[in-house]
Amino acid sequence: MTVATQSTAMPTAGQHGLVAHSDGPVVPVQTRSERFRSVDVADFAPVTGREHEWKLSPVAAFADLTSGELDGARLGLETAGAEGVAVEWIARDDARIGTAGTPEERASANAWTSFGEALLIRVTGEDDKIATVTRTGLGSTPRGAHTVIEAAPNSRGLVVLAGTGSARLSENVEVIVGEGANLTVVSVQEWDDDAVHLASHFARIGRDAKLKHIVVSLGGKVVRVNPSTHLAEQGGDVEALGLYFSDAGQHLEQQVYVHHDAPNTRSRVTYKGALQGEGARSVWIGDVLIGNAAVGTDSYEQNRNLVLSDGTRADSIPNLEIETGNIAGAGHASATGRFDDEQLFYLMARGITEEEARRLVVRGFLNEIVQQIGVAELEERLTAALEAELQGA
Amino acid sequence: MSVLEIKNLHVNVETDQGTREILRGVDLVINEGEIHAIMGPNGSGKSTLAYTIAGHPKYTVVEGEILLDGENVLEMSVDERARAGLFLAMQYPVEIPGVTVTNFLRTAKTAIDGEAPSVRHWVKDVRTAMGNLKMDSAFAERNVNEGFSGGEKKRNEILQLELLKPKFAVLDETDSGLDVDALKIVSEGVNRAKENTGLGILLITHYTRILRYIKPDFVHVFVAGKIAEQGGPELADRLEEEGYDRYQVAEPASAE
Ligand SMILES: Nc1ncnc2c1ncn2[C@@H]1O[C@H](COP(=O)(O)OP(=O)(O)OP(=O)(O)O)[C@@H](O)[C@H]1O
Ligand SMILES: [Mg+2]
Repeated sequence: MTVATQSTAMPTAGQHGLVAHSDGPVVPVQTRSERFRSVDVADFAPVTGREHEWKLSPVAAFADLTSGELDGARLGLETAGAEGVAVEWIARDDARIGTAGTPEERASANAWTSFGEALLIRVTGEDDKIATVTRTGLGSTPRGAHTVIEAAPNSRGLVVLAGTGSARLSENVEVIVGEGANLTVVSVQEWDDDAVHLASHFARIGRDAKLKHIVVSLGGKVVRVNPSTHLAEQGGDVEALGLYFSDAGQHLEQQVYVHHDAPNTRSRVTYKGALQGEGARSVWIGDVLIGNAAVGTDSYEQNRNLVLSDGTRADSIPNLEIETGNIAGAGHASATGRFDDEQLFYLMARGITEEEARRLVVRGFLNEIVQQIGVAELEERLTAALEAELQGA
Repeated sequence: MSVLEIKNLHVNVETDQGTREILRGVDLVINEGEIHAIMGPNGSGKSTLAYTIAGHPKYTVVEGEILLDGENVLEMSVDERARAGLFLAMQYPVEIPGVTVTNFLRTAKTAIDGEAPSVRHWVKDVRTAMGNLKMDSAFAERNVNEGFSGGEKKRNEILQLELLKPKFAVLDETDSGLDVDALKIVSEGVNRAKENTGLGILLITHYTRILRYIKPDFVHVFVAGKIAEQGGPELADRLEEEGYDRYQVAEPASAE
């Protein structure tokens, strides 16, 4: 089944829930798992902007990343390590590379074709720990990069992958979650205003393993982070969360894909975004595929947008494909609501200043995601960053 | 002794068809602890008066004054008016996405008082006020007015009235859409607020039934943007029987 909602100004709301046997399998337009894939950029035709994976993106703004040559040298990093988290560069032929996923579009394949070495962030040990790797000072050279985040079986940890400064970066991030592991990955985009960042994250979740994946996009001209999760083994669990604040002239996009491919897997996808200013743009596409083998699947995805001014556009498109009738539950919701003058008047008529009123609404809306990050320091910093966004900083 | 004075108030609204004159010289004085009922036909400008007192940006005051204890209300922003002690219970309360009732009430209370309320007392006050208004405690965690029924929205307005403790409240058709039980509960809330804080009330209504619970000291008949007649509670009964015909409603202001 395919449900699309798009909104420019007026609030829309759509809700849909399914439980097992309430509805037969639905034949989708194109089964997501059958999309063309390749690690070689030459296998993809040049990008026109009409392709389904590009049709909502400003492709002209990053032709260098889809079809130019990319510098595949090591990225400049600042690392705040932790015991039990190793950060090192590994060779292209490392056996782990390619085990979590394969590019489905040209920018991703271009990065894959171009990278020299891959960055490995390896989490071991059962204690909780937090490591942060910040990519910074990437300049204006178009770059291709590859990162592997690996959580050893039964390990626990939280990895923050951040980006600051200017950048023209296309990258792939593979996330390999070993059996019984519990990993959190937070991808924080706080690039400069002129930056372009295209990322594909591919996660493979092992047996009874759990991934919490959080995408936070605040800064950058065009930021497109597309996380795919393959629930490849029984009992796997993914919580995919996202938070974005798009302001004037900014394009923030996320195409989220969850593939339930083994029995008794669970997924929860929750993305929330705010838009403010002329030309502020967000795109959320949420594909969930519940394959034949995925009996007992429990899945729910939602996207909510809060429109704070005129001149913005939020596209919100959930897609749910179900190939087995024997599931525990699957549903989706998408809504775009508007904070308008009447709401502002109502809050102010209760003594609340205009500034406080806006902060109240945006904080209330986005906090649900911020609170789940699990790094107090980062949560505080992001709350402050969101308030700065509000003030148009 | 607080007093709210409205003097020769003329108000316009900008429409697609141009400027429309809605209020045409309203005079009204409300003292602390007084209840004034305003009744009048649809489109006569009652809500316009309410919104103008609260400071809604759509309405332009072209002449006249509003004074709260001698202070010029028209120079104050919407939030300043609320902090000065004015409250508007809206005819159509607005839904606020992302903000829970609890969060909203605490923020408003903090803004009005200029300091955060003591946590222990505040939680208890909110719980008691919700209990009195027969609002389920689950409302506290819901977003303000989102998905509330018409009657629930009105209760939520009175909840705020009781907790924020203004000097003067304008109640714009708070009784509309309430069933008999809810009408009683809401009226009791208004009366409690008056007893506790000496609230002065401007009660806009179409029906005398609420006046059985909230006893007005004065009744004003509002027609074509101004007060056409004033009297005591007996005037309301007469209006109910005779309607507004004798005020020649058909003629001016309302273009409906
Ligand atoms: N924003 C606006 N734009 C255009 N016309 C307006 C606006 N606000 C009020 N009016 C007009 O002003 C007149 C008075 O409206 P108002 O809402 O004050 O009436 P009311 O007495 O409260 O009516 P009701 O009993 O139906 O609530 C109406 O003719 C209305 O259409
Ligand atoms: Mg009205």
